[in-house]
Amino acid sequence: MTQDIKPSLVARDGGGGDIVPQETKPSQAARRAFLRKLAGAATYTGAAAVGVGTLGAMQNAAAKNETATNAPPPIPNYDWTKHRWAFGVDATKCIGCLRCVEACKRENNVPGDAHHFRTWVERYVYLEGEERPHIDSHHDPVNMAASGSEKEYRFANRYKDAKVEKAFFVPKLCNHCTHPACVQCCPTGATYKTEDGVVLIDHKYCIGCQYCVQACPYGARFFNYEKQVSDKCTWCYHRITKGLQPACVEVCPVGARVFGDLKDKQSPISLFIRNNRVSVIRPESGNAPNVYYVGIDKEVG
Amino acid sequence: MEALFQAAPYTGWVYPNETVIPWSVMIVIYPYITGLVAGAFTVSSLYHVFGMQRFKPVARFALLTALCFMFFVPVPLLLHLGHPERALNAVLTPHWTSAMAAFGYFAGFYIILLLLEVWFMYRPYFVQQAQQQSGLVGKLCRVLSLGSYDLSDKAMSYDHKWMFALAVAGIPGAHGLHGYVGFIFGSLKSREWWSSDLMPVVFLFSAIISGVALLIVLYVLSCRLRKTPVDLACLKGLAYVLWGFMMFTLLLEGLEFANIVYKGREGIDIIIQYVTGPLIVPYFYLQFALGAVTPIIVISYMIWRGTTGKALIVGVTVSAMLVLFSVLMMRWNVVIGGQEIAKTGKGLVSYHMLMLGREELLAAAAVVAAPLILLLVMVRLLPPWIQNSTLSSSPVSAR
Repeated sequence: MTQDIKPSLVARDGGGGDIVPQETKPSQAARRAFLRKLAGAATYTGAAAVGVGTLGAMQNAAAKNETATNAPPPIPNYDWTKHRWAFGVDATKCIGCLRCVEACKRENNVPGDAHHFRTWVERYVYLEGEERPHIDSHHDPVNMAASGSEKEYRFANRYKDAKVEKAFFVPKLCNHCTHPACVQCCPTGATYKTEDGVVLIDHKYCIGCQYCVQACPYGARFFNYEKQVSDKCTWCYHRITKGLQPACVEVCPVGARVFGDLKDKQSPISLFIRNNRVSVIRPESGNAPNVYYVGIDKEVG
Repeated sequence: MEALFQAAPYTGWVYPNETVIPWSVMIVIYPYITGLVAGAFTVSSLYHVFGMQRFKPVARFALLTALCFMFFVPVPLLLHLGHPERALNAVLTPHWTSAMAAFGYFAGFYIILLLLEVWFMYRPYFVQQAQQQSGLVGKLCRVLSLGSYDLSDKAMSYDHKWMFALAVAGIPGAHGLHGYVGFIFGSLKSREWWSSDLMPVVFLFSAIISGVALLIVLYVLSCRLRKTPVDLACLKGLAYVLWGFMMFTLLLEGLEFANIVYKGREGIDIIIQYVTGPLIVPYFYLQFALGAVTPIIVISYMIWRGTTGKALIVGVTVSAMLVLFSVLMMRWNVVIGGQEIAKTGKGLVSYHMLMLGREELLAAAAVVAAPLILLLVMVRLLPPWIQNSTLSSSPVSAR
């Protein structure tokens, strides 16, 4: 908490009657009346102070006021004030090979099963004559059966006999929102926003209440049962702070995933945002997500 | 051995990470217990603050009930946490933007308040026992009397002032604690089923009815066990309170549901599908029809016909049991229901509770039973029934 809390000065009567024991009755009565008024005034002042304090607290608690933590990471040759990371996804390029998903699992030691993902890919298929798309992802039992292993992922060719009108893949990951609902609701501050725009979790401090898992509108967070804490994508913070790309970006064979520094006007992400008409997912959440999409459609949420 | 995680079956399109439900039955039990505390305290306040004499027979018992349940409020949370040993992190370094951060302080404040009020209430008893009893009980009472055996009128009037102040402070305390639990759910914008401004109020009113209902059941049960007649005026008063607050609760819940349906925001299709599908039995039949409408009809009928005697006792007790069940179902339908509707707005997940495990059925039943067992012990140590003149319990307004 960076805000200074200034205790309000409240007048007190100090029990003056005990200090001066012998006085005439009328003056004592007058003094008591005065002290009573003073106490009343103090109560009102106190109540007003509490009211103002509550208002201030509410403003600080509002989602828009998420501030970055003030302790920079102890990474040599890295100044987090010099970067602002962002991510781009060109859904028109994604071929659904899922190398990104497998690379992420290995790189980040994500539990190897079909229920815990830091990144995943969704498939949207519109069949002829149907208004709504069929949506699935690699965790779907049919797709898992096609893979044959809990640790490997693929999309089953389930639409080969259907008349497909339109189909596309959408890679998903944590949006590292500017106003992250997950950070807002964390009771301990174990999850926080870094100065360079990444939302991280301190696995040694998280109590595992999973309030953040509930709060994320994107389903990007999960409970890591091996560590008994909340978990999610970090944009491979351990890599990007050393000048590397996130693992999923590195392995993508078609360049559907773009990563870079918004403070560098020639970085891949700056060019991606400048040269395309980008959108974000669920902007109405007010979270101000930082993964920019090209080529998604109205059904993607 | 307990499964490492439990994958939930689903239909439609749900995010891959949603196939494990984050909040289990323990988070159903947690607001249930807090609610019982708030409700029991309400009854105690009706006598201690508002001086309603007809609640005198249950006033002290209500306070003990609130205390016993309050002791166990943190238990379901600790059972749920991935790292319960780090639970104090939230108190040591509270992250104030979180609706959860102040829980430790609220709960701590309230439990101290309850302890103080109970202590003041039983101080004359401690003094009496300290002077009469020898052995362990006497020793304990000597410690609890804190060395002061002063039961003069002046001292007693001082005690009453404190008790009154504590009882007054306890009203916002108990109700704040529970309204706050509702805010934990209502303030989350990620789930349409939870994200409602009415949620804290709905939680609060359902809490009050659950506490009143609990007291009715426990009071009647205790009278049977003690082989003493039930104070019908008191029971009828409790039935009136239950009836009144139930009307509010039902109205608020109806309004909340109407709001969701009428606004028809994104994801309404799946909510309708859910409510008319998997939720139809637990929500409409159990929570509303059986648990809310039936007791209202039964109590209304008894008030209208002026039912009294054994029929009144049976009718009110059965109604109270139904209300207790209804509120439990309400907690279930909110907590579990909210998570069964996928965030995608295009699919449903289904929660399955196992029998054994840290967060499963038996553990949950034990958490609910534990306060009752504690209460059983507590009423032996601190008898709330004795109509003894040395027991300090008269409300200030009645003096």
